[in-house]
Amino acid sequence: MKIKLKLFATLGRHLPPGARRNAITIEAADGSTLFDLLDRYGIDHEEAFMVVRNGVFMPPAQRPIEPLRDGDTLAIWPPVAGG
Amino acid sequence: MAWTGKILRVNLSEGTLVAEELNREWADQYLGQRGLATKYLVEEIAPDCDPLGPDNKLILATGPLTGTMASTGGRYSVVTKGPLTGCVACSNSGGFMGNELKNAGWDMIIVEGRSPEPVYLYIENEHAELLPADEIWGTSVWRTDEWLHNRHQDPLLRIAAVGRPAEKGCLYAAIINDLHRAAGRSGVGAVMASKNLKAVAVRGTLGVGNLKDPKRFIEAVDAAKRVLANNAVTGQGLPTYGTQVLMNVINELGALPTDNAREVQFDGAHDISGEAMHEPRPNDGKPNLVRNAGCFGCTIACGRISTIDKGHFTVSHKPEYWGASGGLEYEAAWALGADTGVDDLDALTYANFLCNEDGMDPISLGATIAAAMELTACGALAPERTGGIEFRFGSAEALVKGAEWVARGEGFGLDLALGSKRLCEKYGHPELSMTVKGQEFPAYDPRGIQGMGLTYATSNRGACHLRSYTVASEVLGIPEKTDPLTTDGKPALVKAFQDATAAVDSSGLCVFTTFAWTLEDIAPQIDAACEGDWDVDKLLTVGERIWNMERDFNLRAGIGGDEDRLPERLIKEAAKTGPAKGLVNGLDKMLPEYYELRGWSADGVPRAETRARLGLS
Repeated sequence: MKIKLKLFATLGRHLPPGARRNAITIEAADGSTLFDLLDRYGIDHEEAFMVVRNGVFMPPAQRPIEPLRDGDTLAIWPPVAGG
Repeated sequence: MAWTGKILRVNLSEGTLVAEELNREWADQYLGQRGLATKYLVEEIAPDCDPLGPDNKLILATGPLTGTMASTGGRYSVVTKGPLTGCVACSNSGGFMGNELKNAGWDMIIVEGRSPEPVYLYIENEHAELLPADEIWGTSVWRTDEWLHNRHQDPLLRIAAVGRPAEKGCLYAAIINDLHRAAGRSGVGAVMASKNLKAVAVRGTLGVGNLKDPKRFIEAVDAAKRVLANNAVTGQGLPTYGTQVLMNVINELGALPTDNAREVQFDGAHDISGEAMHEPRPNDGKPNLVRNAGCFGCTIACGRISTIDKGHFTVSHKPEYWGASGGLEYEAAWALGADTGVDDLDALTYANFLCNEDGMDPISLGATIAAAMELTACGALAPERTGGIEFRFGSAEALVKGAEWVARGEGFGLDLALGSKRLCEKYGHPELSMTVKGQEFPAYDPRGIQGMGLTYATSNRGACHLRSYTVASEVLGIPEKTDPLTTDGKPALVKAFQDATAAVDSSGLCVFTTFAWTLEDIAPQIDAACEGDWDVDKLLTVGERIWNMERDFNLRAGIGGDEDRLPERLIKEAAKTGPAKGLVNGLDKMLPEYYELRGWSADGVPRAETRARLGLS
């Protein structure tokens, strides 16, 4: 399945070659979870502080178990704030 | 005691400067800075006075922790009746001005009357005098700053000044200190200029002592600094990316007001984001961001120092803008960028430099230009009225020209200087103004972040994010995550943020500490510094008292519950994209519950028992 992966702020260093504007579309095995993708790109689970799936906050409890779906967009940030 | 116990009262009409003793009873009830200065204001001015007339007063106020070793303890506030809104106005600034004023031995300066000629206020510790400002009247803040440093031959002089827009009555003119820190919102700069006061220049060498329990204060401050350092947001996130990291966050969540809030997502968001500020430019290979920067005593350092590409059309023939200066914060980048549809990072940085150079609130400026663009789109504004430039969404040229014209006070800039509300009324479309109580709302669309709708509607200084930043909870999960798309629980959340923020804004500390600190971290610092028993409960009561006092002033100024509303667009036109697609803001569900929680009547007036509980007359 295809997943659009967006890694922002300091997580941008984990993006594979070919990424543009902090985003890349990747192939992932059916049934993959968020944690599977984090492990694949060497991202510490704790560092993936805010995860937004298709524009909606993904609660931490879902991240190790919820299967992703083809066409999902994942946007991930380390702890950040503004105002 | 932390307070110096001294106020400088400056009567510009009479040319007198008098030292007064601080009202310590009020200090115990209102703490300092925002709360205490507002108490003085509401006691001393008629609520219906002309904000730009001599009867209004302008107060520059520090908090009890300003100038101490507490982290971020460099804040001061400017309190007055605001010309943009007619409401109580309180604009908070960092930099190094607040601590300098405190080091000179003053808790606050109360400026009243109007000088017959342009003057500036010079303070060196206990010495204060009014000096002629004829030579700097009509010049920018940056020129004024340079002139004053030369005039007094003192590179350590700290200066707060107004620029040309303020002198010409721009209703969102700011007071700029330290070249690029701003008491930005609500037009406090216009009030200062209306008094013929060009600048306040301060040198303070007395130190800030007077702490109730110095040993305990050092321990409390040290513990609190460790919390900031060890917190991932204040220790790493804010220093590295600043507030601008929010651009992509809020866009992903579908809550980024775009094209005067016609849309909630901006295709060009990434190009003007904090991430983009780190990327090398094609032309010179250098990034926009040079470094981060901290205000006095700050151990977070979220500020941005930036440059513009020398080959960019805005500065290619203006070498005076080739150096590094105060860069884009999130709110400015949103207003000058997403809200106008402009995705040119250099153009935004240039417009932001102009805001610093001449003292303009970038939120109101950008939102007003965005309103002009929508007026153009609907045929109400033709290029012949706008200096021959078509104000279309996405036009960097229109953005830049608009900013330059307001800065110089010329041409269509005089219309833009009115702010969005008056501009849209003038051109026959008041519904296109994205304002509450006359003030432009900032960078969070209340259709995608519901709590911010109530925040804007009930803010005592007109639409504002900093009066109750529920984004922390609804988006960032601080202190705990709530759903941004629901109204459930938001009235209580907004009230809690409003009260806590009012206390923090009265302390001398920066509200950004609260991404890591709670009042449990702040109270011990205040308690060790100040006479009296300062615990969390007392701070919350002080915050609630301040909120109700501000509300009461607005009510007496004729601004009541019928003004606690949002632009029609936000409650009638559903978001078109993103997770909030199909949603409007549910203000009608939240407002009655909020009034009830506040102890106010159904039309938004504090009940007698609420006033009595808070000790308000």
